[in-house]
Amino acid sequence: MLKLNDISYDIPDREGILKDVNMEIGTGEMVVVTGPNGGGKTSLIRAIAGVIQPSSGEIWLDDTDLTELGITERANAGVAYSFQNPVRFKGFRVRDLIRIAAKRRMKEQEICNVLSRVGLCARSYIDREVDGSLSGGELKRIEIATVLMRKVKLYLFDEPEAGIDLWSFGHLVEIFSELRKDSGATIVIISHQERIINLADRLAVLADGRLTHFGTRDEILPHLHIRPFSFSCQTDGAE
Amino acid sequence: MDNSPTTPVDLEKVKNILDSLPISATTRDILAGLDCHIPDPERTAYNIRENSRCAGRHSTPEIQIVPKTDGKSGVDVYVAAGTVDQSVYIPACISQSGVDEDVYNDFHIGAGAKVKIIAGCGIHTHSNEKSRHSGIHNFYLEAGARVIYVEKHLGGGVGRHNVQIDPITHCELAEGSYLEMDTVQIGGVDDSRRLTTGTVGPGASLVVKESLLTEFEQRTTTDFNITLAGAGSSVELASRSVAKDDSYQEYTSVITGDNACKGHSACDAILVGRGKVDATPTLRANHPDAQLIHEAAIGKIAGDQIIKLQTLGLTEAEAEQKIIDGFLRTL
Repeated sequence: MLKLNDISYDIPDREGILKDVNMEIGTGEMVVVTGPNGGGKTSLIRAIAGVIQPSSGEIWLDDTDLTELGITERANAGVAYSFQNPVRFKGFRVRDLIRIAAKRRMKEQEICNVLSRVGLCARSYIDREVDGSLSGGELKRIEIATVLMRKVKLYLFDEPEAGIDLWSFGHLVEIFSELRKDSGATIVIISHQERIINLADRLAVLADGRLTHFGTRDEILPHLHIRPFSFSCQTDGAE
Repeated sequence: MDNSPTTPVDLEKVKNILDSLPISATTRDILAGLDCHIPDPERTAYNIRENSRCAGRHSTPEIQIVPKTDGKSGVDVYVAAGTVDQSVYIPACISQSGVDEDVYNDFHIGAGAKVKIIAGCGIHTHSNEKSRHSGIHNFYLEAGARVIYVEKHLGGGVGRHNVQIDPITHCELAEGSYLEMDTVQIGGVDDSRRLTTGTVGPGASLVVKESLLTEFEQRTTTDFNITLAGAGSSVELASRSVAKDDSYQEYTSVITGDNACKGHSACDAILVGRGKVDATPTLRANHPDAQLIHEAAIGKIAGDQIIKLQTLGLTEAEAEQKIIDGFLRTL
């Protein structure tokens, strides 16, 4: 179970990036966090992963207080985090990054299987560098692969659909569906995509740093204006 | 001098060629560090130097290694035209302090031959007294020859400021030939002045991949001066370096295009601590169809790279080391 108690985040030039966010997400539950740009979604997920330190509040994963832990300690406590903008590494081959994520030596076929799972033609990618020679969509899928192969208690995905083409997007939805069904882990996904939203057990809407809605799809969707590939939300709706 | 006679080796009886050689344990360690494993003696010629003497030499019918006869220390390596799938190992090991040597090795690669050459120098000192090695290598590739040249430099042992390695490499590439040089100097070398020059003929290609790491107060200068003389010739220089602590590196490259040709120079450097790097790439186009490009990028490790690896469970120090290893192609 992931529990967020009164999480706030301020920086010197801007207060209220997150304002007293409270959430409790059960083990095995999938929550999709959505809301307008600049609403605090990425800040929330980075705070859970330990990339930023909240100004106040507590973060618990089961019986572990993550609040004061660093990024590495949280990763080793069972938190996996997929970046919105994947990082490029000059000199790292795809196989190197996958092996680091796995924390063990892996046979080539194992690495190929991991890459195939995210829709990459594995043999042609395994020795490519994780640098500017890969497209944004390719990097994104490799980023997701590094997270999927970790067996953890909590998966965090920040806009996994960004940069993914429509054909691959369908594959991505299947991956999240399987992850939800098979992993037993808690899953938090920031997304604006209807098909990902439809997978969620519950939806959370963040706007202007506040959790404005948190409930089942049936409770929340009437407050959202769903469009084919994006959405907007009414922030005047009831909690 | 290394003009001693070739050590006789009974290939039938010897499984690991290094086990048969009269070399010290330190030298064996250096050879392992230089990746000199000599996997197949029947298809491998070698000349192993230990403290300025020949510790072992072996030729194959197609690859002859001959000691210099002009009074200089070193060997001539003759690869017969059309030789394929054979290797040459020519490591130089120094396992004591106070050695100061210039070694002249010339490689004559016959037309159409395809070989791999593994060279390198390891110096392990036992006192503060300096040891210096300068490997002066000349490559003469005949038409259509293809060579992969791997060179590694290591330093270790006792004391500081006492390991100096100065590789000087010159290459002449005839029509349609190809030379790929993969050179690595990772730590332990206190002072190094590296110079690579060459002339690239028609349709010939030179590829140089250089990886350098300096730390403490080490200094390394690396100079390239390549002339693209032939129509359709090309050169690709890719230098990646990491300057840690108070170390200093200087990169200079000059690519001269005298014909319709393609040249690319890329110098990427990571700074850690107070390390300093100067990079000066120069292009000279003397022909209207010369296409020459240079890139140089120097900076710290990106914070997002460290964070990404931390989210995979590595500590900050482990992440930094992985990034450096990857950058220097030593992962």
